Amino acid sequence: MIIKNVRILGGEPVSIRIADGVIAEVAPGMDAPEAIDGGGAIALPGLVDLHTHLREPGREDAETVQTGTQSAARGGYTAVHAMANTSPVADTAGVVEQVWRLGREHGLCDVHPVGAVTVGLEGRQLAELGAMADSAARVRVFSDDGKCVDDAVLMRRALEYVKAFDGVVAQHAQEPRLTSGAQMNEGVVSGRLGLTGWPAVAEEAIIARDCLLAAHVGSRLHVCHVSTAGSVEIIRWAKSKGWNVTAEVTPHHLLLTDDLVEESPVGAYNPIYKVNPPLRTRADVEALRAALADGTIDIVATDHAPHPVEDKETEWSAAAMGMVGLETALSVVQEAMVETGLLDWAGVAQRMSALPARIGRLPGQGRPLEAGEPANIMLYDPSARTKVDPSAFASKSRNTPYEGMTLPGRVVATFLRGRPTVLEGKLV
Amino acid sequence: MKRHLISAGDLTKDDALLILDTAEELASVSERSIKKLPTLRGRTVVNLFFEDSTRTRISFEAAAKRLSADVINFSAKGSSVSKGESLKDTALTLEAMGADAVVIRHGASGAPHRLANWVHGSVVNAGDGTHEHPTQALLDAFSMRRRLGALEGRKITIVGDVLHSRVARSNVLLLGTLGADVTLVAPPTLLPVSVGTWPCEVSYDLDAVLPKSDVVMMLRVQKERMNAAYFPSEREYSRRYGLDRDRFAKMPDDAIVMHPGPMNRGMEIAAEVADSARSTIVEQVANGVTIRMAVLYLLLGGETT
Repeated sequence: MIIKNVRILGGEPVSIRIADGVIAEVAPGMDAPEAIDGGGAIALPGLVDLHTHLREPGREDAETVQTGTQSAARGGYTAVHAMANTSPVADTAGVVEQVWRLGREHGLCDVHPVGAVTVGLEGRQLAELGAMADSAARVRVFSDDGKCVDDAVLMRRALEYVKAFDGVVAQHAQEPRLTSGAQMNEGVVSGRLGLTGWPAVAEEAIIARDCLLAAHVGSRLHVCHVSTAGSVEIIRWAKSKGWNVTAEVTPHHLLLTDDLVEESPVGAYNPIYKVNPPLRTRADVEALRAALADGTIDIVATDHAPHPVEDKETEWSAAAMGMVGLETALSVVQEAMVETGLLDWAGVAQRMSALPARIGRLPGQGRPLEAGEPANIMLYDPSARTKVDPSAFASKSRNTPYEGMTLPGRVVATFLRGRPTVLEGKLV
Repeated sequence: MKRHLISAGDLTKDDALLILDTAEELASVSERSIKKLPTLRGRTVVNLFFEDSTRTRISFEAAAKRLSADVINFSAKGSSVSKGESLKDTALTLEAMGADAVVIRHGASGAPHRLANWVHGSVVNAGDGTHEHPTQALLDAFSMRRRLGALEGRKITIVGDVLHSRVARSNVLLLGTLGADVTLVAPPTLLPVSVGTWPCEVSYDLDAVLPKSDVVMMLRVQKERMNAAYFPSEREYSRRYGLDRDRFAKMPDDAIVMHPGPMNRGMEIAAEVADSARSTIVEQVANGVTIRMAVLYLLLGGETT
């Protein structure tokens, strides 16, 4: 199979020949009668998400492994990490193997389950991390995401324990006592709106503690969805010490601010903007962009969090937290990082494919588009302009904050080990 | 005026003065033996109360009835809401019944904003969570104006749990619009961290502010706040921020004392201060009906005087 007329990382047009799921040759001018014409699209390695909520098992009304991986493929992803906060919780080898098998059966995108750090996400007892690591699902990322491992001793033990199988603890940094009943970023807008504040310090204090713990026990820490300028400073400091700390930022924290809760085209107090951690201020957004550009924040992760309509069409405090993001992620990153001149396409590929694959220890993902590498490829037309229409999403849920916004770029095609999962923007 | 009254910040100075002047005209109705006007005959006002607040509900009910509107009281307790019906479905039900105005009291900040997306009638905010209570601010302004005249340049001190107070938020906005100078006084724990961006002054020292106040408005302080470490004890709160007899004596002779109720006598306000001739607390209740008549009249009557 040949994919012709594509520009790898935005370079000169070339053709890519694929055989047996592997890139056989990259060269200009190769053609064949049945060749797929990329039309000058940018070719990037298939995107890798370190933070996806697929909701199965338990909340199949919001998303399933099938619809979630369809959504991922539409967004240009060839691998996603499925978070553990399902029902039952992914805290045993049985549950992670079930999710992993569902991903394989649907075959649209590799699904790598994240294992819970503690039994039932309850923060009391370590889950059987070794059993999950040794299972068919080969779990390497562990997280209680949605909840913080706030007990310092448990966090220390988890960081130490996963060293035995080269695992990483991905922390949802949220000091629970400082965020009791919290509804949105604590600041000017929360004060006016009378919504209980989620202070930046509740994130920053945990990140600081965890960096020190990771350094003390010589382990790997990954910080989920960094949202504040202060967190960036702490992570920059930890990295300057040579500590093994990585961090992610979501597309929405790179673009949206807490002002939207007060004033937006969809009205005040619209829970479409309710997310955890909350949308922060313009200064935070600027700091996060700069940190992603200079490598302080390593990667973009979607925190794709599907919710059914009835969980968002409510008063603010009753609404679920989270936004879907797989199908808009690259467009938002283009808007926030590429159009602003902060990243080129090589930088995007590094942060949305190569580094997340490295943090998740996925040897067959995030590889350069060169001969001999797995043919995980996505084609992207950055010149397109698309008005976001949630009814066109492959995801089962529609809770996007970008509805009606015009965003740059369009995913043209996605190939998983040489097999197209998306062509001309549509699922195959 | 806008179609809804959700925030005191929605009112321009002209809007606010129109409501106060209309209330002044309507006040005479309350003094008649037959307290009824035919203005809103055939219009339906729904009182949609998700929190128990008998005082506010009967105030709105009396106001609507004096204008001859049909009143439907919808209490969340014992209704479909307690069986898990969503706010949206409740709104659609009211819409199907043809409500011309929905007066909503809800424990969640912003619930009236959400309701306004789902109903065609006017939405009147009768208190939403820790956000706003605009008709309370209007009746407070009305009560002040009746005692003191125009509010431009008047020094108004609001004391207590500003962080959790919808009354304080609405008063800061409305009194600012009307040209008064507002000072908030509270322990720092009971002020929003962003209070410095509000259009008012802030002090932690009640004794310093009292001698230059024309109005002192005491807010209810819930004793439960103590358990969340907002202050060490009831007695300490009362000593530092309560309006007792000694502090009352520091106020200028013509200054007035207000409280939106219900009061904790002996906590934020001493009984003899609450009952003094310079307290407007009982008038505030009567003025509540009048101001709510004016709001419903202007939102539903369409015609302005």
